[in-house]
Amino acid sequence: MDCSHVFDFKVNRLIVVFTLFLALFSVTPSLYAQEDTLKTTSAAHAEPEAEKKFNIGKFALHHVADSHSWHVIGDYYIGLPVILYTQVGFVTFNSGDFLHDDEAKVVVERYGQRFVKMHEKIYYASATANEHGQYADLDEAHHVKNARPLDISITKNTCTLLLSIVVILAVFLKVANSYKKNAGKSPKGIQSWIEPIIIFVRDDIAKPNLGHKYERFMPYLLTVFFFIWFNNMLGLVPFLPGGANLTGNTAVTVVLALLTLILTVTNGNKYYWRHIFAPDVPWWLYIVLVPVEIIGIFTKPIALAIRLFANITAGHILGLALIGLVFVFNSIYVAPVSIAFALFINVIELLVAFIQAFIFTILSALFIGMAIEEHH
Amino acid sequence: MELLVPEIGLVIFQTIAFLLLMFVLAKFAWKPVLAAIKQREHDIDEALNKAELAKQEMVRLAAQNEESMKEARAERDLILKEAKALKDSIVNEAKSQAQTEGAKLIEKAKIEIENQKKAALAELKDQVSTLSIDIAERVLRNQLTDKAKQQDLVAGLLKDVELN
Amino acid sequence: MITGSIAAIGAGLAAIGAGMGIGKIGSSAMEGIARQPEAASKIQTAMLIAAAFVEAVALFAVVVALV
Repeated sequence: MDCSHVFDFKVNRLIVVFTLFLALFSVTPSLYAQEDTLKTTSAAHAEPEAEKKFNIGKFALHHVADSHSWHVIGDYYIGLPVILYTQVGFVTFNSGDFLHDDEAKVVVERYGQRFVKMHEKIYYASATANEHGQYADLDEAHHVKNARPLDISITKNTCTLLLSIVVILAVFLKVANSYKKNAGKSPKGIQSWIEPIIIFVRDDIAKPNLGHKYERFMPYLLTVFFFIWFNNMLGLVPFLPGGANLTGNTAVTVVLALLTLILTVTNGNKYYWRHIFAPDVPWWLYIVLVPVEIIGIFTKPIALAIRLFANITAGHILGLALIGLVFVFNSIYVAPVSIAFALFINVIELLVAFIQAFIFTILSALFIGMAIEEHH
Repeated sequence: MELLVPEIGLVIFQTIAFLLLMFVLAKFAWKPVLAAIKQREHDIDEALNKAELAKQEMVRLAAQNEESMKEARAERDLILKEAKALKDSIVNEAKSQAQTEGAKLIEKAKIEIENQKKAALAELKDQVSTLSIDIAERVLRNQLTDKAKQQDLVAGLLKDVELN
Repeated sequence: MITGSIAAIGAGLAAIGAGMGIGKIGSSAMEGIARQPEAASKIQTAMLIAAAFVEAVALFAVVVALV
């Protein structure tokens, strides 16, 4: 009996994950068709590329960045839908249409508009190609000067975001259900894994920082904690369902930090605002203190966002750099060493995944707690 | 630099997805879960308190039991003592009664014996006198011939009689 | 290439500073725990928060170096 519901849950989760995957594959019917074109393009460029030295920094930065396609293995990519809001409205096509070009050399034409992709960003294509065959105007620092449409594509990170949300919902609705099922009894299965963490968030994060008003902020704190933690761990999985650097993406961390800022500012009581605009100091110090305090409102969440982004990205870069050593030295004998180091870093990152989720949540609670603190 | 600039597409998706996730979880997960945890903690506290109370009650009851046991024992002892005393007094009374009764009987018997003895003596005296008269008659018949001898005999007989 | 190297030196200096800071936090926290083992969990939480603040400075440096 006890095992069967766990098994049911696993089956459900697997179904969910596989459905998502099938959905992904269904948007890429042209996957195999593209293969040979891709091979011919890479063959054409094979000779200069062989001369090129393996650039470990570029390799790592490319892998921690977001992408419009999902690399499976070898030359296989899953093309993800590109959604652009242009002057003529929404334009959608499969990112596979770029033939995995990332240097603005392949132009995709839709509704009379021409797009190129360079460094995983989509631009309006220039009318003519430059001397390198790129349909883009580059400045001296190799930055594209072309205009960009509003890009709301389903990228690799968006897919991971949706996947993680499905996983989180599956886990927590299941847990909530099991609370309903064995109400008043001791926790069972996945419930007994989650419950101590929920209690940890409540007793060690919310209660000490927020005081007796903690219950209002529990949904945000719990969601943020589990969202960051699950995505940190998902990012550590090196192959398909994971591997995206979601919590190491500034878009994600900035949104989370912004929510903390909004919660802090909207819940700030009169003591909080007086502390900022009318602190208990001589009036002439206001010239210095008030701007500093106002800046302080924003630096706290910015630091929150940068901390999470930098920690997770640094972890990913470290792991990739250690694996990349094999290609830098171009020798299989380096592999055991670099794999051992990468394994070590991965284990550390597993800890960091939890600690960063904890730090983000406890600092959010701290900032909100400072804003709602009552002075007597 | 490119890593640092948030992509507007992902910002939009993240905002929508995260807010949706938060509201769905808040409504369907956190609320029931936190309520259930709170309820259970409350139940556990209550159960512990109840157990503590029950323990105290047990101790109190045990003490009470002990007390009543002691009382009962004391009462029993008292009753036993009383019974013993009663028994002793009864036995003693019976003994003394028996003694007096016995003494009375002995007294009676003595008096009876005395009376019997007296009667026997009187009868004996009677018989002796009859016998002596018989003897005297016979002696007188036989020996009235000899006056002196008769005289002696009578005197002798009388002497004997007086011995008794 | 030169700018890249200078940025790396800056990041390295920040790492030294942050390393010393976190080391100090860790040693103080350990002393605190040794003195008051019953307050270990509170000290650990405070230590993690302080370490996060110090680490943030180093990460800012890294980010600036990336820019």
